[in-house]
Amino acid sequence: MALLEATNITKIFGGLVAVNDVTFTVEPGSIVSVIGPNGAGKTTFFNVLTGIYKPDKGRVVFAGQDITGWRSDQIAALGMRRTFQNIRLFGNMTVLENVLIGMHVHLHASIWSIIFRGRTMVREEAKARNKALELLSFVGIADKRDELAKNLPYGDQRRLEIARAMAGDPKIILLDEPTAGMNPHETAEATQLIRRLRDERGITVILIEHDMRLVMSISERISVLDYGSKIAEGDVQAIRTNPRVIEAYLGKGAAGQAA
Amino acid sequence: MTTSTSSQSLWQRVTAPLSSGPAAYGFLALYVLACSVLLLTNPRTELSTDIVFVLFMLSMLVAYRSRVAGWFKVVLGVVALGVVLPYFGTLNPFYIDVATQAGIFTALALGLNVVVGFAGLLDLGYVAFFAVGAYAWGIFSTPQISEINPAWGPVDPVMFYPFLIIGLILGLITGVLLGLPVLRLRGDYLAIVTLGFGEVIRVVANNLDRPINITNGSQGIRAIERPPLIIVDQIRNLGIVADDNRLYQLFFYYLVLIIVLLTVIVVARLKHSRIGRAWEAIREDEVAAVAQGIPRVRMKLMAFAIGASFAGVMGVVFASKQLFINPPTFDLLRSINILAMVILGGMGSIPGAMLGAIIVTMLDLQILPRIAAVLREAQAAGAPIPRQFDPTQYQRLLFGLLLVVMMIFRPEGLWPDERRREEQHEVEIADEELEADKAAK
Ligand SMILES: Nc1ncnc2c1ncn2[C@@H]1O[C@H](COP(=O)(O)OP(=O)(O)OP(=O)(O)O)[C@@H](O)[C@H]1O
Ligand SMILES: [Mg+2]
Repeated sequence: MALLEATNITKIFGGLVAVNDVTFTVEPGSIVSVIGPNGAGKTTFFNVLTGIYKPDKGRVVFAGQDITGWRSDQIAALGMRRTFQNIRLFGNMTVLENVLIGMHVHLHASIWSIIFRGRTMVREEAKARNKALELLSFVGIADKRDELAKNLPYGDQRRLEIARAMAGDPKIILLDEPTAGMNPHETAEATQLIRRLRDERGITVILIEHDMRLVMSISERISVLDYGSKIAEGDVQAIRTNPRVIEAYLGKGAAGQAA
Repeated sequence: MTTSTSSQSLWQRVTAPLSSGPAAYGFLALYVLACSVLLLTNPRTELSTDIVFVLFMLSMLVAYRSRVAGWFKVVLGVVALGVVLPYFGTLNPFYIDVATQAGIFTALALGLNVVVGFAGLLDLGYVAFFAVGAYAWGIFSTPQISEINPAWGPVDPVMFYPFLIIGLILGLITGVLLGLPVLRLRGDYLAIVTLGFGEVIRVVANNLDRPINITNGSQGIRAIERPPLIIVDQIRNLGIVADDNRLYQLFFYYLVLIIVLLTVIVVARLKHSRIGRAWEAIREDEVAAVAQGIPRVRMKLMAFAIGASFAGVMGVVFASKQLFINPPTFDLLRSINILAMVILGGMGSIPGAMLGAIIVTMLDLQILPRIAAVLREAQAAGAPIPRQFDPTQYQRLLFGLLLVVMMIFRPEGLWPDERRREEQHEVEIADEELEADKAAK
């Protein structure tokens, strides 16, 4: 059974159809990519999946539940986490605290336990810290745990956002342009990290990316959006040779030459 | 070594050795001792005593901030706040009243700090919850209750103690009831709605004398009961002679001190828990916080209700201490005043809120009136101040100016959130390690 099934999703802003009747399925344990030119509606599609926007039409089923219209925090609690295209860390909190925030739904200490420093609370916090540290070493920034998130270099901020997303033990992570602004070396490291997310942690990944080398090297399936509509879907080979995709990226007439 | 000192400011060079190491112990002990001696040998009511008094209160915050052993801080605190200050209060009751008042507002500022500072919700009607607690005890402890139903009589004064809990619960409930509909609003809208709510409570208190007289309207409620003093006989047996009013002053002082202490502990623990972290996340970036599974409205409601419950408790204490409450006691200005304490001290900072509360209360009750009085005397003595100018009328103006100046020169508050301080500490610790390394070579 598919882990995530979005059917006929449409999202309209005023007169602009940002996402137009998109159907999209993700199998558990896969890495899939969503690509498309600027303004194609990729981020908007993520926002619909994660509950930031309600779709005007369509249905989202995740982990066997119809989550259409759920609140963002409910969807996150069910195991869908994301990163943001324009990095949204809690800048004035430490790196470690950012990861702890990601763990919020797994921490249950009652207010009494907190006020009286109950055993459950102390133990839970210690466990959470350990787990957060483990995640930070997984993404490779454990040595920076006490720094304020806003003081991290750009690449590390991207890694931290991934660690924070992992902290909720998600079934799926949606990455919105995780390598934007990185140099080739950092991009290679990020690619490695994304692969390890799936291979070592079994987390399903949906990726929005502009870096075609990365997309082609890592994705098992690719969906292409253009002006809000899905114009193609398939494995790397099929997308590489799809005339409509080439046209969308390179403009009219390019398809003939490329083929 | 030379490079590290030259990069420090003069202030840091002077204070650094005094804030840690053995010198800090001596310095703190001497500081508290000097203030205590000055206070106890000069228990008059004048500007110089005011200043010593402020310095005395400040010593507690300096101690809090110094890096000395925890037990030393506790000893200093117990001696200064538990012994010296109340004893001084028996010499000059005016100051113990000021200290109690400062304590009440410290608890209120700490409560509002949860709402405004931790969760980032601008609440301009915070005093409403204070009013709810105050009116609860006011109505139930006086014959006012019989106005509601002639069959009911005032509760026994000893019920004051359970009423502290009832005040807390009433604050909590009112907080939830107000919070539920309004916490979906953001920023400015929330501020306006809470402002309205604060006024509504005051107006209701003003008008609820008809058809059933519940609050006694603008007349207010008089002769509010104080709890019986349990150990008064033992104190008398010790040979301490004091009239009831003095004893009550001491009683309320200690009661408020204990409540403030508990409030600080509760607030600090909340801040460093999953709940406090969630509040901070919401304050920093709501969308990102929600994407981590944090339920926005529920967490905000929690902050609102917890903040309100502190005000509810203090309302009960306040009513009993003042013996009299009326609607103007709970006007907008008071909400603004508490907010000013939080902002002046540094939003989200626990010591900041306390410092802000102490400073604003002192300014309000002591320093500004005193300055006005001094100016007035000078005027009478022929100083070149126009006769149309009445200094006592300009206290609020001075207060406002102070706030404006503060916000221009130190917008983060007098004692900003610890986070910055921790950063500072890390730098200092790193410095120390470096120097230790050098010394080893
Ligand atoms: N909140 C909004 N209100 C109005 N229009 C919006 C909103 N969010 C996105 N849009 C519009 O919807 C279209 C799709 O935007 P979206 O951000 O989803 O594109 P994208 O594929 O992520 O582009 P990029 O590759 O540049 O990130 C754009 O034309 C954008 O201007
Ligand atoms: Mg985008």
